[in-house]
Amino acid sequence: MRNQNVNRKYVIGGMVLLTAVIFLFRLFYIQVIDQSYKLSSANNSQLRQIEYPGRGMIFDRYGKVLVFNEAVYDLLVLPQQVKSFDTADLCNLLAVDRLEFRESMQKAREFSRYRQSAVVRNVSPEQIAALQEKLYKYPGFSLQVRTQRKYPEPIAPHVLGYVGEVNQSDIDSDPYYQSGDYIGKSGLEAEYEEILRGRKGILFKLVDVHNRIQGSFDNGKFDTVPEPGKKLTITLDANLQQYGEKLMAHKRGSIVAIEPSTGEILAMISSPAYDPNELVGRIRGKNFERLTNDSLNPLFNRATMSRYSPGSIFKLVQALVALQMGVIDEYYSADCNKSIIGCHNHPNAHGLREGIRFSCNPYFYTVFRRIIQQGKSTSVFRDSELGLEAWNKIVTTFGLGQVLPVDLPGIKPGLIPDAAYYDKWYGNGRWAFSTIYSNCIGQGEVETIPIQIANLAAIIANRGYYFIPHFVKAVEGTDTIPSRFTQPIRTAVDPRYFDIISDGMQQVVYEPGGTGSRAQVPGVVVCGKTGTVQNVQKEDHSGFLAFAPKERPRIAIVAYVENSGAGGMWAATIASLMIEKYLNGTIAQTDKEQIILEYQQF
Amino acid sequence: MVNPRTNFIARLDWLTIILFLVMVIFGWVNIFAATLNAEDPGSIFDFTQRYSKQFFYILTSLAIAIMVLTVDSKFWSFFAYPIFALALLTLPLTLLIGREVNGARAWIFIGSFSLQPAEFVKFATALALAKYLSRFNFQIHKFKSLVMIGVILMLPIGLILLQNDTGTALVFLVFVLVLYREGLSWVVLFVGGLAILLFILTLVVPLPILLPVISIVTLGATWLYQRNMKFFYFGFLSLGTLFGLAYLVSRYTGRDLSLSRLFFIASLIAFVLWLVLIIRKKHNPLLLLLLTWFGALVFIFSVDFVFHDVLEAHQQSRINQILGLESDPLGKGYNLNQSKIAIGSGGLLGKGFLQGTQTRYNFVPEQSTDFIFCTIGEEWGFLGSLFILALFTGLIIRIIYLAERQRSVFSRVYGYGVASLFFFHFAVNIGMTIGLVPVIGIPLPFFSYGGSSLWGFTILLFILIRLDTDRYQVVS
Repeated sequence: MRNQNVNRKYVIGGMVLLTAVIFLFRLFYIQVIDQSYKLSSANNSQLRQIEYPGRGMIFDRYGKVLVFNEAVYDLLVLPQQVKSFDTADLCNLLAVDRLEFRESMQKAREFSRYRQSAVVRNVSPEQIAALQEKLYKYPGFSLQVRTQRKYPEPIAPHVLGYVGEVNQSDIDSDPYYQSGDYIGKSGLEAEYEEILRGRKGILFKLVDVHNRIQGSFDNGKFDTVPEPGKKLTITLDANLQQYGEKLMAHKRGSIVAIEPSTGEILAMISSPAYDPNELVGRIRGKNFERLTNDSLNPLFNRATMSRYSPGSIFKLVQALVALQMGVIDEYYSADCNKSIIGCHNHPNAHGLREGIRFSCNPYFYTVFRRIIQQGKSTSVFRDSELGLEAWNKIVTTFGLGQVLPVDLPGIKPGLIPDAAYYDKWYGNGRWAFSTIYSNCIGQGEVETIPIQIANLAAIIANRGYYFIPHFVKAVEGTDTIPSRFTQPIRTAVDPRYFDIISDGMQQVVYEPGGTGSRAQVPGVVVCGKTGTVQNVQKEDHSGFLAFAPKERPRIAIVAYVENSGAGGMWAATIASLMIEKYLNGTIAQTDKEQIILEYQQF
Repeated sequence: MVNPRTNFIARLDWLTIILFLVMVIFGWVNIFAATLNAEDPGSIFDFTQRYSKQFFYILTSLAIAIMVLTVDSKFWSFFAYPIFALALLTLPLTLLIGREVNGARAWIFIGSFSLQPAEFVKFATALALAKYLSRFNFQIHKFKSLVMIGVILMLPIGLILLQNDTGTALVFLVFVLVLYREGLSWVVLFVGGLAILLFILTLVVPLPILLPVISIVTLGATWLYQRNMKFFYFGFLSLGTLFGLAYLVSRYTGRDLSLSRLFFIASLIAFVLWLVLIIRKKHNPLLLLLLTWFGALVFIFSVDFVFHDVLEAHQQSRINQILGLESDPLGKGYNLNQSKIAIGSGGLLGKGFLQGTQTRYNFVPEQSTDFIFCTIGEEWGFLGSLFILALFTGLIIRIIYLAERQRSVFSRVYGYGVASLFFFHFAVNIGMTIGLVPVIGIPLPFFSYGGSSLWGFTILLFILIRLDTDRYQVVS
């Protein structure tokens, strides 16, 4: 009986060996062949600590600081290390509400007992010193410093933009970012984000299972040093900007001023505006909500986004197109026939210059008709179509009806209608000049953006070409700015015609009957044009375009004041003051200034 | 020349003793690595540190080993039952004065030292079993024998289950190997293996697929009987028809039963039908097949029931993790995941002594006790793992060899008891750390931190070494 069982030792022994062999193969697989465990073990025990660099500062054209960085302290807590403490005392030191503090502590505990999280953000510098002395009494709490944006003067909020925390789509589109990082959200902060953000430094630390740092990985061999953001110098003139904002206070509208010879934007004001310091730090959330809900839209950049009908300002473009097409010449005259189209009272315009001076609507009605109906076809519809297409081709070379590639996000294109546009509205062959004539005086379907109008002023100032308006003047570490800003762009209109126009614009300001007499500036010859924008429900918008001096212009400017009546009243006055400020440095027209400052819409 | 027949020291199996010493020393080295607090290393004698406690446990276990060797061999066979009873009595003690640790009430604390009585029950059971199986005229296949064996094994299993320590209770199932060596029908092992296979299949394969497949396979096996497909066709048709009927009836009466339940009902009817037909037509060999098939079905359903309604959530989860049905690396699968990471990252040569990041920074839970193998895998790499596998395999094979060369049944049965216990702990503990076996909390002999386990295994082993010195004696 014993013998027949003896061979069973081989079965049992075999089981033991088989188990060992299976284990051997498995161990070989996970230890030698499969490399993913090495990675996981590194992930466990290594901590990538990010060191954030200072964000690049922004300066105006004369080197004045527009944005800099301020050190800000957060109070961090590691819940696992916290022992019972005097909450009241700590809240006093931090100057925070006890209830809020308890809530934040609860959130920190829910996030993780073993990882640090911020429990109080933006501890004010006054509290830091006192807090650091007493911090030993509160185990588990520590201070962490980081930087946030600070604006010495609350100017140019729309241009500079603001910085906020990244969201998921930011992270998805650029893996440089991780949750908790900051990114420029609007304005130049967004446009030049890659220059301003610098480069994060990474420290590789070894941590234990409680995420406590135990030392540097490989003696810091792989650590990288953070690279600070580059300094950005922009074309704004801080004094002019500030002055413009003062003038536009309590009014709705915008001002854009460009240096015609370079396309550099000297000032861009949108009103109502806000204090950029309000969108920084702890108070940002509440302020952002308030500003978004404000019916006056302070966050909206009117200079780059408002779509207005250009009004009478557009007559300048019509004149130039007509001259270029050869359908009129400088002596072309037309009576002020109010039965064709309404107009204010003025003498009949003899010659183009007077047509501009008086801003005569019937005059330009006829000009436009000559452009549109050139008799190239027997069908009035086909003829209008041909005329409009030819017109559109020239007008769009003025940078109108398209997005001007300014270095700021969110520029609107405006609209210059073409044949396809009207075909869609009315049907092919169903519209003619009589349908679209309101465009003759800048009403109708044409839409422009204030920055485009300022650019138009620059075109006329330059006698026929422009540089794309831009803010970048210099980036630290590079000698040049992008070439698209330094290449002049010619319009399709011959330079000699522009002299006629600028004469007309001078007459607007200085000759009797000219609608822009308020634009005069002591000691400077100003060329301008009023633009009263008809507004459907409310009062007309007041707009004014100007450049000065007439010979060798140094500033091209547009001003809009919404719902304020005729362009010659408010917009012209503001343009005059801005030009005086820029060219003369001081304001002698104090009475004009007084009137503007006292005019308040809200 | 030393004559082993007369010299006790020469008769000792030094190979086993050396294996024991190597394991214990290497075990201590790894506990040192696993429990060293790099910031605040105490001296070896600082009793707040585990490595110093283990050092103390090792010294005492050496003393115990020597004591065991000095006791006469007959002592063990003579007092086997009393020792067993005494050991069993310590188990309810934990329920009275013990403290709950990790959900089980298996420990008694004395000061800062703890005792786990179950560890001593292991060798006591081996002794009792050896005593019973060595009775005069013992025949294993007698009903009375099997019942008594059942009692001997069920007593510790039952008491340990009361402690809520399922893992340790499972250990005692390994004694089936001892029974097999002593003549238990191979069918038991075969059925056991089949049961494990079915268990896994039941959890992994959805029942509506598994049940028909099993049935078709068994039906297919009927071909072997008369080299004829007629049974297959008949069985297939009848079962299929019954199932279809059951389905229609359930639909008609509006009582929606699940597909597997319907199948079971159909199978039940088929079973009765076929049973009658087989007996009538005297196709007796098919009886075995029929019973096996039905037994498998019953087993599948009970596994389903036990798994979902008897096992606790964490036990279900552990099984699911191993079968790959569940993956929860940060929650319930954390132990397993960290264990594999630690071992897997060791590479061929390991990261070096005290250089294992997962060990040093305590990423593996229980890394000095149940998961001590992770430290070895991480710091000594594949070569280190290979070494351990060789040590254990060598030890177990050597023990089998020792058991075989015994002249008395008692010694042989006890020896196989020792081998089986070491085998179970080795297979389950290491298997668990590398993700082949569900997480069951049992120690790795001589390597896991703990006095009770070290002493228990030392006694277990040295009793055998002592018994072995009598191998030249004539059996009385």
